[in-house]
Amino acid sequence: MTPNETPQASPAQEQPAGCPMPPASADPAACAPKTTRRDFLKAGGTLSLSSLMGAGALMAQSDDAKAAAEWAEHFQKNYRLMTDKEKDEARLRLEKRYSAEYGKKVTVDTTGPQPGVLMGYALNIRKCIGCRRCVHACVEENNQSRGKRPGEKIEWIQVLRMERGEFSKERMNQGYPEGLGIQVGGNAYTPAGQVLEGQYHYNPEAVPEKDANYMPIACMQCEKPPCVKVCPVRTTYREGDGVVVIDYNWCIGCRMCMGACPYWARRFNVANPVLPKEEMNPVTHYMGNRPRMRGVVEKCHWCLQRSRHGRYPACVEVCPVGARKFGNLLDPNSEVSLVLARKNVFRLKAELNTFPKFFYFYD
Amino acid sequence: MKQLTRFAADYVGYVLKGGTKFYAWMGSLAVLIVGMMYVFYLQNTEGLIVTGMTSQIHDGLYFANLVFLVGVAAGAVTIVFPAYGYHHEGMHKVAVLGEMLAISAVIMVTMFVFAHMGRPDRLWHMLPFIGIYSFSSMLGWDVLVLTGYLILNAICGFYYLWCKYTGNPINKKWFMPLVWVAIVWALSIHTVTAFLISTMPARPMWFHSMMPIRFIATAFAAGPCLIILSFLIIRNNTKFWVDDSAIKLLTTIVTWCLGIALFLTMSEVVVELYARTEHANGLYYLMFGLHGLNKLVPWFWSAVILMVGAFVLFLIPAVRNNMKLLPIPCVMAFAGIWIEKGMGLIVPGFIPTPIGEVTEYYPSFVEWLMTLGIWAFGFFILTILLKGAIGILQGEIKYGAAK
Repeated sequence: MTPNETPQASPAQEQPAGCPMPPASADPAACAPKTTRRDFLKAGGTLSLSSLMGAGALMAQSDDAKAAAEWAEHFQKNYRLMTDKEKDEARLRLEKRYSAEYGKKVTVDTTGPQPGVLMGYALNIRKCIGCRRCVHACVEENNQSRGKRPGEKIEWIQVLRMERGEFSKERMNQGYPEGLGIQVGGNAYTPAGQVLEGQYHYNPEAVPEKDANYMPIACMQCEKPPCVKVCPVRTTYREGDGVVVIDYNWCIGCRMCMGACPYWARRFNVANPVLPKEEMNPVTHYMGNRPRMRGVVEKCHWCLQRSRHGRYPACVEVCPVGARKFGNLLDPNSEVSLVLARKNVFRLKAELNTFPKFFYFYD
Repeated sequence: MKQLTRFAADYVGYVLKGGTKFYAWMGSLAVLIVGMMYVFYLQNTEGLIVTGMTSQIHDGLYFANLVFLVGVAAGAVTIVFPAYGYHHEGMHKVAVLGEMLAISAVIMVTMFVFAHMGRPDRLWHMLPFIGIYSFSSMLGWDVLVLTGYLILNAICGFYYLWCKYTGNPINKKWFMPLVWVAIVWALSIHTVTAFLISTMPARPMWFHSMMPIRFIATAFAAGPCLIILSFLIIRNNTKFWVDDSAIKLLTTIVTWCLGIALFLTMSEVVVELYARTEHANGLYYLMFGLHGLNKLVPWFWSAVILMVGAFVLFLIPAVRNNMKLLPIPCVMAFAGIWIEKGMGLIVPGFIPTPIGEVTEYYPSFVEWLMTLGIWAFGFFILTILLKGAIGILQGEIKYGAAK
């Protein structure tokens, strides 16, 4: 079980460029002009040179540059309302600031949703062994805060461990309140509380454990996201390819979205994120894994920096048992479409009519 | 124009003058305000990590106070409505004081919004034109109705005072419609605040349509309690006399709104605990604790005792008609509702989290200091507004009187 299988291409990339089929959404972002992959690479090439020079210049006086960039960031518009020129300026500003801050060349991708792509995710709960490689890969890929103080450590994926014994013969005669989980005690994050049906604070010697099932959860990328509806500044929204994103620079930190999310997918940066220079992933996306700031909300975005360029999200890539499937729902031959067509599939909390694009299935 | 500058000068001159008691009161409030400014600075350099809030329980003491104070602001309508709707003589005399209370309560709400936000520096993003105003967001609507309420009360209150000051008659053509709009508007602010939390199916404890009426019932109990207390203080410390009839009518309103609130709480307890589904976990945590975690249990039961006790005391004529004893049930009801509708409602909404995690929340020292400081600021403003209003009503500030 080595997490080394790296798929080279995903169904998203197999779509012909400029596919006539529009994304299945009325999202304004879908109307944004599309950049082709080649354009992106070209821009990236010229950009890397300039940002390298910029980074060199900035490292000498990084404090001033940081202050100047942050000052300009204060007055920038909501990303969706920016002109192409303003988007470019915002991107360059961030690349400069991040490069200086982390001492390496950081790129900020702004690739939008591609035509003919509607991303979907399917997870085989039968196969999951609860190893949590996905959790750790996600943290490394997406530049989450990894501090020691309570609340400073952020993980987007939670693998819930569920005891199999709940439906055992001995317990059949016991109603409430028995059998509703394990007491761990404590407060959030540190030794941490306990979960009713299952819990993510488990520490076994080896996985899979004999008496456990595992249920990984993260952002469900809902078709009708309650979080988007409650956002007072429309900083979180659903993109044309189905991913719910956050403009971190526009977020006011009111946390209404966190209250509205039925899947507890969102995390709040209670402090300045702790992200060591050497561990920082310099390949970032504006809507995705670029370093966040204090006081804003973040969540899973299906690794936009990868998936928009035809790669699998980090959790899919790392899963040693192949429980995670990702692809284009509009392509009938993609893995995820085949899963939906052939397997027993369900959505989590379907009664809430959020219509997740994240499906669970079993063989 | 000249009248207006004179008005401002006279007003400021009057409210700044006072006895030792006045300066001691304002000075101690100022100390707390300075403390509040320090912890606000701390929150916006260190982050909200200095509070007890986490990603699990991300609304705490600030949000609780915000919700409660919107109710206090709406509670001012219990003076304004009898005054203008029923032409109650005693109430009419003090209606403007209710408006002053509403203004200070809304200012406190605004400050709790600033304290609650992760990025208060970006709050301009919510404004139309320079930011984005979202009509789909209840928080957007809440900001809209609260701002409107502040403006309505400021106009109605200060126009009335202005007329008293200059001796001009009130232009009823536009003043009365505005008063009526403000009365209905008062209901809207608390209804929208209730919708803020009751429109989230992810939080089953809040997800019921009883929330708005329960909010209004508790608001019309807690708001007038504070008003009665300030009226009694005014009667004892200034030359201004608030009629017994006004206080007695307010007592009746408090009694029956409190009664309705208790009834609604009881209904919720029966409905939730009879079926005892997982959706009742929040309430169960609040009442009895869940899986050994029970920090809020004493809060809930003390709120119940305070509210029921206050209700019983209000029902006894010897207590409610005795102006010396009346403050006791008023303080009890106010404190009970502050607990029940504040921490007692907000925090268990997050316990357990949507994925079933049971965690607890303890407000940190920073949060207590911030909360105290904002209340101090509110009382600071309220003292100034009431003092100025009373000065004008008494005729101590009058156009041309100084010269």
